[in-house]
Amino acid sequence: MTNPNATIEGLRLQVDMIKCVGHASCFELLPERVKLDEWGYPIIETDPLPPHLVAHARRAVAACPTLALRVDGKVARQR
Amino acid sequence: MTIMLERGARQGGSGTLPRLLAGGRRLGEHRATYGQIPLRRFGGEEGRRTLIRAITDAGLRGRGGAGFPTGRKMTSVAAGAKRPVVIANGCESEPASRKDKMLMACSPHLVLDGAVLAAHAVGADRVYLCVERGTSIADRLERELAQRDDPVKIKLVRVPRRYVSSEESALVHLINDGDGRPMAAPPRPFEKGVAGRPTLVDNVETLAHVALIAAYGPDWFREVGTRSDPGSTLVTIGGAVARPNVYEISPGMRIGEVLDAAGGAVEPIGAVLVGGYFGTWVPMPDGWGLPLTHDRTGPLGTSLGAGGIVALPAESCGLAETARVVRYLAEESAQQCGPCMFGLPAIATDLAAVAYGRCDPATRQRLMRRISQVTGRGACRHPDGATRLATSALTTFAADLETHMDGWTCTGVSRDPMLPLPDRRHRDRSWK
Repeated sequence: MTNPNATIEGLRLQVDMIKCVGHASCFELLPERVKLDEWGYPIIETDPLPPHLVAHARRAVAACPTLALRVDGKVARQR
Repeated sequence: MTIMLERGARQGGSGTLPRLLAGGRRLGEHRATYGQIPLRRFGGEEGRRTLIRAITDAGLRGRGGAGFPTGRKMTSVAAGAKRPVVIANGCESEPASRKDKMLMACSPHLVLDGAVLAAHAVGADRVYLCVERGTSIADRLERELAQRDDPVKIKLVRVPRRYVSSEESALVHLINDGDGRPMAAPPRPFEKGVAGRPTLVDNVETLAHVALIAAYGPDWFREVGTRSDPGSTLVTIGGAVARPNVYEISPGMRIGEVLDAAGGAVEPIGAVLVGGYFGTWVPMPDGWGLPLTHDRTGPLGTSLGAGGIVALPAESCGLAETARVVRYLAEESAQQCGPCMFGLPAIATDLAAVAYGRCDPATRQRLMRRISQVTGRGACRHPDGATRLATSALTTFAADLETHMDGWTCTGVSRDPMLPLPDRRHRDRSWK
């Protein structure tokens, strides 16, 4: 079940780990919010995006070869 | 009805257990013990709401591991736009647990009554009863199903014998597409599950409690257990105890009392694993008084989970046991998410290095880093469960870890493993 306390506010970067195969284009385009683990998969900061990064984030989303990355207002899961 | 109420009063008055395993295997015996399904009492739209309110007031929490409030889940499923579906989850892929199999063998009709009542409560027209394939339980349930005349359709689904196939989105995936691997969230099954309809996925023990609450009411249900975790719960007690078996206990019991219920320890206990293979190690004798509920308690956030409890002798090596189980969990990964696919085998290898004395400070540091990197990064909770187990082992067996690191020989490593793992022949490779 989702956390009912998860508020819908601000845009967040999300990754579908099943679709992601580690092309790491998000890391190249948005190093401010994306780090890579030792196997080359993205570790993504899911805090709301600051306004100046939103356009960059959208570009990273568009560049993801497997369409695993997205920007939306919904939180998949509270960590 | 009178018989039922009398029984309820009698059981309630003394607060005695067992509640779940008291019925009979056959429909006739079951009806003699628990009476007819009280569907008529909860008739119509108002009745459905009354039933959900009763479940909510009873404070029933899911018995499949997460302990989520069942009434709240039912409310969200019932509020969906489309007609809901119910999945009764009896897969129990957890090797340290066999309470669901025991329940389905001893009281199959209590589970089925609960499934019918849950379907009625949320307005579902069908129930999928999910059971591991290749077990005699499935055939037996099919026979019992043929005896019944239920107002909803109940379909038996045979699920691949894989650890993660019993996860709720994996069951939805299997029913929809014939693929028993977990799916990415959102949407969660309660929003959009089987055929895009809101889907209530409940463990079979949870459903059996639903049947009891419908018959005897929320106040009766709350006569055992704690305020936040009421009602009885089934646990599987294994390891170095005199009578390893499934027991029905009252949440809030202390670990020591629970082990005594299984005849007590047969040799000095070094630690107890609580909550199966997604659970935590509790050091003994320090943890003897820790109360067991579905709430996270103690320094390691110990929770009953699905009720798998294993007592590990002080002579055994907890690190070697954990390394072996984490290797199994790594093999059981659905190989869908990178951090789980590569991270869990790496963690298992590091743990084996720690356990078998080929460990240096750099390996330990790498292990810690990997554990924190993998946690929370899968589509499902599989990596999180494995890392929780690994973390608690490194904390609980910290003194042993130092001994291993110093290069001392650990005699526990050569003892026969205590934690049960399924035979390789009984593990499916396929997801279909």
